[in-house]
Amino acid sequence: MSHPVAAVRHVLIEGNKSYHNITEDLCSPTEKTPSREWIVAFALSAAFLGLYVFAITWTVWKGIGEWGANRTINWAWDITNFVWWIGIGHAGTLISAILLLFRQRWRTGVNRAAEAMTIFAVICAGQFPIFHMGRVWLAFFIFPFPNSRGPLWTNFNSPLLWDVFAISTYFSVSLLFWYTGLVPDLATVRDRATGFRRKMYETFSFGWTGSAKHWQRWEALSLVLAGISTPLVLSVHTIVSFDFATSVIPGWHTTIFPPYFVAGAIFSGFAMVQTLMVITRKVLKLEQYITVNHIESMNKVIVLTGTIVGVAYLTELFISWYSGYIYEQFAFYNRVFGIYWWSYFGMMFCNVVAPQVFWSRKIRRSIWWTFFLSIIINVGMWFERFVIIATTLARDFLPSSWSYYSPTWVEISIFTGTIGLFFFCYLIFCRVAPVVAIAEVKAILKVAGDQYIGPDAKHGHSHSDASKEAVKH
Amino acid sequence: MAAESTKVLYGLYNDEEDLKGAVKAANAAHLDIMDVFTPFPVHGLDPILGLKESRLHYLGFIYGATGASFGFLAMSWIFTRDWPILFGGKPYWSVPAFIPITFEMTVLFAAWGMTLTFYTICGMWPGVKAKTLDDRITDDKFCIAFNVSEASDAQVSDLRGFFSKTHAAEVNVKTI
Repeated sequence: MSHPVAAVRHVLIEGNKSYHNITEDLCSPTEKTPSREWIVAFALSAAFLGLYVFAITWTVWKGIGEWGANRTINWAWDITNFVWWIGIGHAGTLISAILLLFRQRWRTGVNRAAEAMTIFAVICAGQFPIFHMGRVWLAFFIFPFPNSRGPLWTNFNSPLLWDVFAISTYFSVSLLFWYTGLVPDLATVRDRATGFRRKMYETFSFGWTGSAKHWQRWEALSLVLAGISTPLVLSVHTIVSFDFATSVIPGWHTTIFPPYFVAGAIFSGFAMVQTLMVITRKVLKLEQYITVNHIESMNKVIVLTGTIVGVAYLTELFISWYSGYIYEQFAFYNRVFGIYWWSYFGMMFCNVVAPQVFWSRKIRRSIWWTFFLSIIINVGMWFERFVIIATTLARDFLPSSWSYYSPTWVEISIFTGTIGLFFFCYLIFCRVAPVVAIAEVKAILKVAGDQYIGPDAKHGHSHSDASKEAVKH
Repeated sequence: MAAESTKVLYGLYNDEEDLKGAVKAANAAHLDIMDVFTPFPVHGLDPILGLKESRLHYLGFIYGATGASFGFLAMSWIFTRDWPILFGGKPYWSVPAFIPITFEMTVLFAAWGMTLTFYTICGMWPGVKAKTLDDRITDDKFCIAFNVSEASDAQVSDLRGFFSKTHAAEVNVKTI
């Protein structure tokens, strides 16, 4: 290609790749025998998944009295973990949908894994409210359907029911978006496979051929799905925040909650993407596809959303003081200096102070710093939800019912168990599907590959020269 | 569906620019291209192939509108006709509270409707055997295919001439 290329563009595919190299590199993790690291990680996450199954069975058998939640603090670790996981899911849709609409090319390196992360995180999130219902075998009552109980319908005025709709829509739409994007790449894996694997991938790739008309429809579908997923992802965490914001609890019923929750969700989601990507690129040797430029772009989003979250925290404090309403003021005084003061300061440090180091370009581009901070932010965002939920409820309207909450072993096992569930799914995904979107990376090779725009770019060649070069390598 | 077989003469190119050049040459020579297969969406290919813009998004709008009306009307019927319940003295027909679910139903219907339509019109479902001409088309080859089921030998050799003129890396015949 001999286009003039703007110098501001970052190289997003390194290593002078040809189309065939891309196919080889991205398909090979699904074709090789798993590495020792993978087996160890898989065994570990399977063990935690086992713990999860045990703790859930225990909960269902004995009842949710086995949890530390009590009559005052009736939402505790369960809802904290639910919101934490849902928030993590948001980055996947942000990367795949919003960045597609904004034509950000760096999304191609990470979108597939981030979308997978969304799906697994939403699965983990769903566990908490479902089992918090207590009689989980009646969980289907949350869906409105003609029934023999009257028919008795659900309460469509309740934000908790909005949540049911938001999260189930979010899950199923994310699944469609992810899988439709995956189909052409599964066809690539199919066409390299033989025997049983070929049969398997033939089923999963739905008979994809790569016809021009199919590609055109595929792109049209992706664009519209991105277009509707964008307001969807914003609506999901807005509605999660309504669970709190439409209540009458001081400390919860604040109008700032929707944007504050959405920013926090994107913030925590990107942190989790970083955690996963830093490990994935190393273990699967994808450093040339998930480059330091990708990591830096995501760190920029982290510092932006972290700062938005920080402004929201401070705004909350200011408004509670400015309201002149003593119950509101007490709720926030209690949040900062009350019994759970350590979680408030943990939250402030991890979410607001720590990410500010990303103003430095050197730290933004450092793998170790990125990994370290991504963990800090994951912890910090967990603290945020704990602060909002448990500290607010611990000091309710009647001082005689004030209480303290600490989790039981069952809750700790369920939470660590969902982390096991998450990694269990993710590790299987890494083995059966290309972690980086093959077709999408190929489509940007000539505008973001180093041999076309990097310092060694061969400009001025005719197109057939470029293709010969590509074949030679 | 009866198993129809089509005899296809196809050429493989190494680069999308070669492919686009060849498609233009085929247009100039008034050759009737059966289909073009590529490993990724090649931009600028649709207009020269004469493909009209996909109408999938119009359907998306219709599905979305269906979802919105279904959600809103169902809630309205349930709360005003089927089983009215008074929640804290608020009106039975509490429209603002219906907005979130109406929105979610819009997205749900649009996404599922469009995706299912996409797979249906492309003839793609689990278990469909792909009629692939060459395994490398999903890797790094760009393919132009001509239907030669009813072509005479002279026409076939014309097409072969076209492929060699446009620098196709390989030319093959396959019955699919």
